[in-house]
Amino acid sequence: MTEIFPGVYRRFSRRVQVPSTSAADAPGTSHQWHLLDNDSELRDKGIEPVGTLLCVHGNPTWSYLWRGLLNHVSAHELPWRVVAVDQLDMGFSARTGVFRRLADRVNDLGDLTTTLGISGPVTTVGHDWGGLISLGWALGHREQLANVVLTNTAVHPAGFELPAALRLASHPAVHGWGTKSTDAFLRTTHSLAHPALQPEVRKAFMAPYANANRRTGVGNFVADIPFTEDHPSRPALEAIAEGIKSLEVPALLLWGPKDPVFSDRYLRDLVGRLPHAAVHRFEGAGHLLPEDRDIATPVFDWLGHNTESKAAHRAQALAAYRPMLAELDERTEDSTTAVVDINPPKSLSWSQLGQRVNALAGGLAGIGVKPGDRVNLLVPPGIELTSLIYACLRLGAVIVVADAGLGTQGLGRAIRGAGPSYLIGIDRALTGARFLGWPGTRIAVSDMPTAKRKLLGVAHTIPELLEAGSHATPTGTDFAEADPDADAAVLFTSGSTGPAKGVVYTHRQLAAMRDTLRETYDLKAGSALVAGFAPFALLGPALGATSVTPDMDVTAPRTLTAGALADAAAAVDATTVFASPAALANVLETRDSLDASQRLVLEGISLMLSAGAPIPEPLLAKVQDLVPKARVHTPYGMTEALPVTDIDLESIRAAGSGNGVCVGTPVAGAQVAIAPLDANGTAGDTPETTPNLTGEILVRAPHVKDRYDRLWITERLSTSIPGWHRTGDVGHLDDAGRLWVEGRLGHVLNTPTGPKTPVAAEQAAESVTGAGRAALVGVGPAGTQASVVVMETVPPARRAAPAPEALAQAVRAAVARTGTKVSAVLVVPELPTDIRHNSKIDRAALAAWATGTLAGGRIRNP
Amino acid sequence: MSAEPNPVAPRRVLVTGASGLLGGAVAALLRTKGHQVRTFQRRASAAGTDEVLGSLTDPAAVRRAVDGMDAVIHLAAKVSFTGSWHDFVATNITGTNTLLEAARDAGARDFVFVSSPSVAHFGEPLAGAGAGVADPDRARGNYARSKAAAELSALAQDSPEFRVTAIRPHVVWGPGDTQLVERVIERAAGGRLPLLDQGAALIDTTYIDNAAAAIVRGLERMGHAHGRSLVVTNGEPRPVGELIAGICNAGGVPAPRTSVPGWLARGAGSVIERLWIAAGSRNLVRDEPPMTRFLAEQLSTAHWFDQRETRAVLDWEPSVGIDEGLDRLASHYGGTGPGQAS
Repeated sequence: MTEIFPGVYRRFSRRVQVPSTSAADAPGTSHQWHLLDNDSELRDKGIEPVGTLLCVHGNPTWSYLWRGLLNHVSAHELPWRVVAVDQLDMGFSARTGVFRRLADRVNDLGDLTTTLGISGPVTTVGHDWGGLISLGWALGHREQLANVVLTNTAVHPAGFELPAALRLASHPAVHGWGTKSTDAFLRTTHSLAHPALQPEVRKAFMAPYANANRRTGVGNFVADIPFTEDHPSRPALEAIAEGIKSLEVPALLLWGPKDPVFSDRYLRDLVGRLPHAAVHRFEGAGHLLPEDRDIATPVFDWLGHNTESKAAHRAQALAAYRPMLAELDERTEDSTTAVVDINPPKSLSWSQLGQRVNALAGGLAGIGVKPGDRVNLLVPPGIELTSLIYACLRLGAVIVVADAGLGTQGLGRAIRGAGPSYLIGIDRALTGARFLGWPGTRIAVSDMPTAKRKLLGVAHTIPELLEAGSHATPTGTDFAEADPDADAAVLFTSGSTGPAKGVVYTHRQLAAMRDTLRETYDLKAGSALVAGFAPFALLGPALGATSVTPDMDVTAPRTLTAGALADAAAAVDATTVFASPAALANVLETRDSLDASQRLVLEGISLMLSAGAPIPEPLLAKVQDLVPKARVHTPYGMTEALPVTDIDLESIRAAGSGNGVCVGTPVAGAQVAIAPLDANGTAGDTPETTPNLTGEILVRAPHVKDRYDRLWITERLSTSIPGWHRTGDVGHLDDAGRLWVEGRLGHVLNTPTGPKTPVAAEQAAESVTGAGRAALVGVGPAGTQASVVVMETVPPARRAAPAPEALAQAVRAAVARTGTKVSAVLVVPELPTDIRHNSKIDRAALAAWATGTLAGGRIRNP
Repeated sequence: MSAEPNPVAPRRVLVTGASGLLGGAVAALLRTKGHQVRTFQRRASAAGTDEVLGSLTDPAAVRRAVDGMDAVIHLAAKVSFTGSWHDFVATNITGTNTLLEAARDAGARDFVFVSSPSVAHFGEPLAGAGAGVADPDRARGNYARSKAAAELSALAQDSPEFRVTAIRPHVVWGPGDTQLVERVIERAAGGRLPLLDQGAALIDTTYIDNAAAAIVRGLERMGHAHGRSLVVTNGEPRPVGELIAGICNAGGVPAPRTSVPGWLARGAGSVIERLWIAAGSRNLVRDEPPMTRFLAEQLSTAHWFDQRETRAVLDWEPSVGIDEGLDRLASHYGGTGPGQAS
């Protein structure tokens, strides 16, 4: 087969003479169109298509943009016809000599499909202004329309500032020069690819626009953008933008967020119009998304699965659905303490908390917050955050909870990804929002001077909302109850490898998380808990448990001292403590400062929960000494499923050592299975519960996430076994049904003797005298990787180097007992870890570093 | 299945280069396995064994050597840094061709050509590399170039009637080894052995017994091995600094502690190499140069190999691990091995 352009085969290129019925043309006019069409190939292969993809490029590209879809169909022999058009005056289609407006272009496309005789179901695919035109076609051909796919496009600029780049291009002084006389607009657009386009691809995009005459369409396209109310194309645009709200066909939105023109705000606008759409944001990709990433694989995967229902696979709930606000609503007359802050000291009774939540909900509703609206809460844990969370749940607004543990950059990425309509924050967060351009109407937690308010662009304050809301003195019944299956919250993964992922929970799933905690830990109404670990702590009011926030900097768990913990416990006669391992480590370090009465308080604790990351047995044993009467538990889970299993200190001791970390048995309502690894280290698709099979850990529970947020591809991979969540962790079940975590799937070594999970080897390395934390990584090609230990030492090494002989020998001997032959041992001053837990080692980066180091050459620190 | 001869059936095998460490080990192993072994070398060795004396450059001697043999294992080669290209051609290329022709004419069925990974690798870092195809044009140095040409020529003659395999052991060492072990010990003793870039480069080596076993397996598994080139190693890549330290400890000399940058050593190696060649051509020096670019590369860049194909084809695994090999080396030289140390 001959290529006419890189990636485009001659046989796909065809020309069609199409009679025009568009207003711009005189009656009887016809135009020659150029298309890429795989019709003849399908016929030759004897494949009967199940539908047609009608792909419409934007400005200033051409059908070349869609070659990936055509080639994907070819390579996989899929039963889809793909017709990618060059719009008139664009690409290699005719130059018509008249100014074609939006309405003409929509009509042109209809003329073409009529001439082609496309009759079966059609999936429209559009990019840039081609998205709008493809939607125009969709609205005019509803009987044929099967699906809608859109990438980096916009349907309505109303209320938005026109992006600076387009504003410039459409300015009269620049317009003709930038778009037609020169190829500046083309070159600017082509430069938006990440990574940069290959020179021959850039040439192909440029090919149909060689001179000013050929570029007339490019200029006219920009001039036809109806960004003023009186623009001639405005009515056509309004009609499409409104019309698509009634589209019920499945929709897929694929987005490159690094787009200076069609930024995330246009994605948010589209999601508002097509709320049922599946969305995937490709972090790091930009405007020319089909060039930046493979979109063909997800598009055809989605086409094959977009009618499947998840509800059919939902796990059995522990109890009948009871809203998150049920406890609050039952305690409107209860004057006992509900929530306590230590610093500054504050407390509310159940009845006060209920009133505050309702007043806040009323205030938020008053400024226009509606069910389904996303509200970003950048407020530290405590009464304020608790009130806001329950107020949003009351309204049916979706809370977006991103924490400073993601780092400023990660936090910004997370917020932009979730795209909240409102942002409620403390001063520091508002400053970030204002100057880093985080989206959402800004609401301040406290009142502030007018000048500062103006500077930060604050629209409302919480005191104002409370004031407005309490005038109406709303009660719980003033608000419509939220749909149990509507979104309730977006939480974020720690982002230890790559950008943090948003995780969506519905009201039903949050309620299930609460019920699971209650059942597993016997947290009855009337319990009192110290909230040192955020996600669980927020559940206090839903559990009917009194909760207290200790005096600590929540962005740094290591700031919790033993004294602060004891004081918090004393304030509510706490029975239960939730804390993270990092916080507990500091509590142990500061335990000598406790006085007798503080010790007595801690002796009263009956349940100590260490959540967030695995905790070594010796540390847990010391925790037990501090709270001698408590059951010391440590759950295993992840942002997508909190918790999955649980184990207590006694059981950890009983389990002893084995291949991995023993994390106990599934919590109430949860099931765990294993998708075994094959010889190449790939996890299979069958859940197994046979003991001692190593594979990816699968979870099924009513409190598992609803989906990843705007990450359709990620979601699809995580639920490829219907009803189960693929955790990405590897491990096995033992004969007693206990789960052992052996590491991350992505960290499994692919050695000549088969896949090798890292945790057991790492524990062995860490057991050697003088060893600190250790990571086992693979170096070399998959299938023949060498096993390499990269470790910290006590005292720390001054710089990265091969381990001293004695240490290398000791580590090699210790690790050999777990069945792994170590090739090299490298010592480093510090292993790279995530910010949130300071414990998840970035093994992918470490493996790359070890590969370079062991290839020879100068050694740098990882 | 194929007409694989029973591996234990005694065969008449000619081993060339049996006066060397590896050739001697191969001959001994074959005898242990009950084969009738004849050796071919320039100088007489142990009495009471079947040996033909002569040079590969003497076709008549070669024909006498292969007479009546079922198989040939060819290790004899000119292994040196210095020497003229002509000498390498005469022994390594022409000599191999002479032997191949004679063996085939004499009715031998199988031919094992013992080669080197350097015939297909050219100084770049290697991590989990495959064997690759020999390339005389790109191979570096007279030895590797001549071996590459000889290997191509040997494999070109492979056929069902006259089966040829190339076995490429990588960095063979063991007690009595003068090529690597004694040089390392000697230089370290004199404080003339620095580490390059802290000795982190991961390298593969082959303990002598394993190299000999793999070569004999090449003959026994000829039905699977013929037509192929197989790199043989211990399959235990280690940082070069650790290996050198292990050898020094075994030899009872202090391990090198100083490290110099690899680029510096490679540059210095090039200079010394050129001076040495110039001096050698005037018969001013006879020894090998103290540092060559090739040696500097060997000590500062990774070179380790994918052993899956080798092990599957030969149906074999090394029986002596590196640590045990170092222990044996220690018993030989009176130093300490890793087994005694820990």
